[in-house]
Amino acid sequence: MEWEAVIGLEIHAQLATKSKIFSGASTAFGAEPNTQACAVDLALPGTLPVFNEEALRMAVKFGLAVDAEIGRKSVFDRKNYFYPDLPKGYQTSQLFHPIVGVGHIDITLEDGTEKRIGVTRAHLEEDAGKSVHDEFPGMSGIDLNRAGTPLLEIVSEPDMRSAEEAVAYVRKIHSIVTSLGICDGNMAEGSFRCDCNVSVRLKGEEEFGTRTETKNINSFRFIEKAITGEIERQIDLLEDGGRVVQETRLYDADKDETRSMRSKEEANDYRYFPCPDLLPIVIDDTYIDAVRGSLPELPDARKARFIEEYKLSDYDAMVLSGDRTLAEYFETVAKASKDAKLAANWVMGELSKMLNQNDTIIADSPVSAEQLGGLLERIKDNTISGKIAKQVFEVMWKEGGSADEIIEAKGLKQVTDSGAIEKIVDDVIANSSAQVEQYINAEPDKRGKMIGFFMGQVMKASQGKANPGQVQGVLKKKLDALC
Amino acid sequence: MFDKTLAELAQGLKAGEFSSVELTQAYLNRIKAEDSKYNSFITVTEEQALAQAKTADEAIAAGTAGAFTGLPFAHKDIFCTQGVRTSCASKMLDNFISPYNATVVEKFNAAGGVMLGKTNMDEFAMGSSNESSFYGVAKNPWDTECVPGGSSGGSAAAVAAQLAPAATGTDTGGSIRQPAALCGITGLKPTYGRVSRFGMIAFASSLDQGGPMTKTAEDAAMMLNVMAGFDKNDSTSVDREVPDYTADLNKPLDGLTIGLPKEFFMDDLDSEIAERTQAAIKEFEKLGATVKEVSLPNTALSIPAYYIIAPAEASSNLSRFDGVRYGYRCENPVDLEDLYKRSRGEGFGAEVKRRIMIGAYALSEGFYDAYYNKAQQIRRLIRDDYAKVLSEVDVIMGPTTPHPAFKIGEKTSDPVAMYMEDIFTISLNLAGLPGMSVPCGTVNGLPTGLQIIGDYFAEQKLLNVAHQFQLATDWHTQSPQGI
Repeated sequence: MEWEAVIGLEIHAQLATKSKIFSGASTAFGAEPNTQACAVDLALPGTLPVFNEEALRMAVKFGLAVDAEIGRKSVFDRKNYFYPDLPKGYQTSQLFHPIVGVGHIDITLEDGTEKRIGVTRAHLEEDAGKSVHDEFPGMSGIDLNRAGTPLLEIVSEPDMRSAEEAVAYVRKIHSIVTSLGICDGNMAEGSFRCDCNVSVRLKGEEEFGTRTETKNINSFRFIEKAITGEIERQIDLLEDGGRVVQETRLYDADKDETRSMRSKEEANDYRYFPCPDLLPIVIDDTYIDAVRGSLPELPDARKARFIEEYKLSDYDAMVLSGDRTLAEYFETVAKASKDAKLAANWVMGELSKMLNQNDTIIADSPVSAEQLGGLLERIKDNTISGKIAKQVFEVMWKEGGSADEIIEAKGLKQVTDSGAIEKIVDDVIANSSAQVEQYINAEPDKRGKMIGFFMGQVMKASQGKANPGQVQGVLKKKLDALC
Repeated sequence: MFDKTLAELAQGLKAGEFSSVELTQAYLNRIKAEDSKYNSFITVTEEQALAQAKTADEAIAAGTAGAFTGLPFAHKDIFCTQGVRTSCASKMLDNFISPYNATVVEKFNAAGGVMLGKTNMDEFAMGSSNESSFYGVAKNPWDTECVPGGSSGGSAAAVAAQLAPAATGTDTGGSIRQPAALCGITGLKPTYGRVSRFGMIAFASSLDQGGPMTKTAEDAAMMLNVMAGFDKNDSTSVDREVPDYTADLNKPLDGLTIGLPKEFFMDDLDSEIAERTQAAIKEFEKLGATVKEVSLPNTALSIPAYYIIAPAEASSNLSRFDGVRYGYRCENPVDLEDLYKRSRGEGFGAEVKRRIMIGAYALSEGFYDAYYNKAQQIRRLIRDDYAKVLSEVDVIMGPTTPHPAFKIGEKTSDPVAMYMEDIFTISLNLAGLPGMSVPCGTVNGLPTGLQIIGDYFAEQKLLNVAHQFQLATDWHTQSPQGI
């Protein structure tokens, strides 16, 4: 039997507005609990919501970026359910008339194949607060700072057939919302979250299987693992003659497995109805055109430009264009160093490695694009070698400072003085009589390889500062003169 | 002094006949001495009132006083008042001290008004008799064995018993006009959106509207001058210029056309109320008005439509009272569900629970179209009926209520009979139109009201019509025996 997975995703992107969607309270992350919750967010009696139009503009931007229908008249509905971190007892959302209708994006898989994924809709809604269960023994705390933060819920068609496709879709949506500047994309802080609807069916079947929904997965890696695991779980279940139960599941990253949270039978009847406290949002072509005019460069266009302008490979261009902050960082480095390939290698290599090791995102990189550009300039003009540059970069990361300052302070400037290089080479040859003997006795076409030993000795003696090109030339000349 | 209107008291203050502190103290003393008979106040704010009066006297002395400076009045206990218990006549909010002021409260404060206290009402404004109040029923000053009407029963009783020269009320299905009629005072429900709902504890958001309850139309105009206006905190308030509502009071009524809906004069209307209403119409004819019969064919549907829409909205609006953040919380909850069930079960009274259940049922999956959507369709029909009639006449008139005040306890076991008391008032809320009730006679010693209905934002016209009627008649100056 050959199985096929069917995957649809719901992504919650927190919109990067300064204030909440229906109140004037700040949306900044990380404040003391309940210090960013005003009377409206606390749902005090008598309070009323006032819609933040910035959230509308951001939602329309997204709609235009995924080539979607924009709702000329969208309406907020109330989704009623009780939970302590939902102060009003309902979430204000859009069920019947969302702001963004049917659209699509194109994803590229690792083998280069392209696939179009449908976007069913995207609607505006408010986030809930957070329940804190571990801080007060025997009690739960409620932090309402997040309550009322604007969310754009982006719902895909069930168009994906593998975890790889799902991750490519999520990455693309992530890349679009960050490029648009409407979401900071920070998955660890929950600004960008994903719920995965997964079902399996026999290949060739028309009908969908019973699906499960796995909630709130907060990294690309976990999305891949959660979906892969869930597909396997469902296939095992079906092959053992069981059946899949429609339910909500939670992904446990520590155990790398999903577990049941609640079944369909326990699901709420949300009693949706139009929110009588808010007027319908009516927008016209003039508004939409104005938003269209303000759209920044989108990832697809940027990727094409990177290939054209910087002669990057398809892969490098895709990686560097995907995230707006990363793309801007790369461009600054490329311009400063006047070597796009070198810039691409460093941004995707050394910088990414350090970001990963330190669990940091590009926006919080302690080394600025200007600093890195300055460093690459020194490689280009032979002030330092690539190897020394890595040392300088590490100092830069930990202690700050410009490349020139660090090179100066640590005395890392490359030795290009041919007199000084010749002296070191002479010392090395004098102290390596056995190796010199071998070199002389070797077949001339094997000597090239043997020169590596002497190179290493010279570089070591110069503490890596000797210009490798010069050393190579001097060594060859001097050794060959002995033969 | 206690039979003086706001307009007369304003003149007395201006002329220095008495100070605001003297006036306020006199009312406070009278409340203390007399209110045990009527139970019209839930909270008396003596200290704050005297402080406001003192400030008002200073403004009068400094020549910076406005039209309302120093005038005492009462707020229905549905308006949030900072630092003062705002109970909505519910056990649920018996312990709730509002940390903020409703916009209407702010406006009266800014105008120099003196709040004597907070008046009794039906719990969460749900009722037509004031019998659902957690604080006990307010009594009709014309016969203390009778109800004062509801939900703004305390405000109506306080004005009729001369415990306050005026009061605020709110009207969701007749809650200003019906108690005004039953207590022999003047009440105005403005156009939906004319008065801010911010800080007015919501019953049914698309129907609720605050307004004045006074001795005369002139006083109602003075109150509305303070209350009306756009509020950026209430998205459903209308951004439209506020006229001086006292400006047109003295316009003659020559050429006024009055529509009498035949559906308001059906067989089940109390014959004496029909007589008083017809007599009032005769007065208008004497003043130069012409009368024609009109039809509002969907009047009978207004009660069933209302009792879907209002409870539906209420079921959601009242979800915030969950025992988590403020208000009543049950003793020793064993878990979250227990906390919800018992806090709400013990905190809400029977009528409130009945409406929450009706509303939740009407919105539940599978019933939404049959109930909520159908009710909204009826609502549009009712609005269209009014639009058609109001294109042919200047105002519509009829009785405010089908019966005079009934005995306390008479209708408590029959909710539908109670709901039917609002048959003439409810359709206006569904349409969003303004309406007034003015005293037009007595039946067996109990007052009865004439309802005057106008087009959207025609409050000036209504006040003009009512004022001319009050210049020609003296029903509004009559007081209950012993007052």
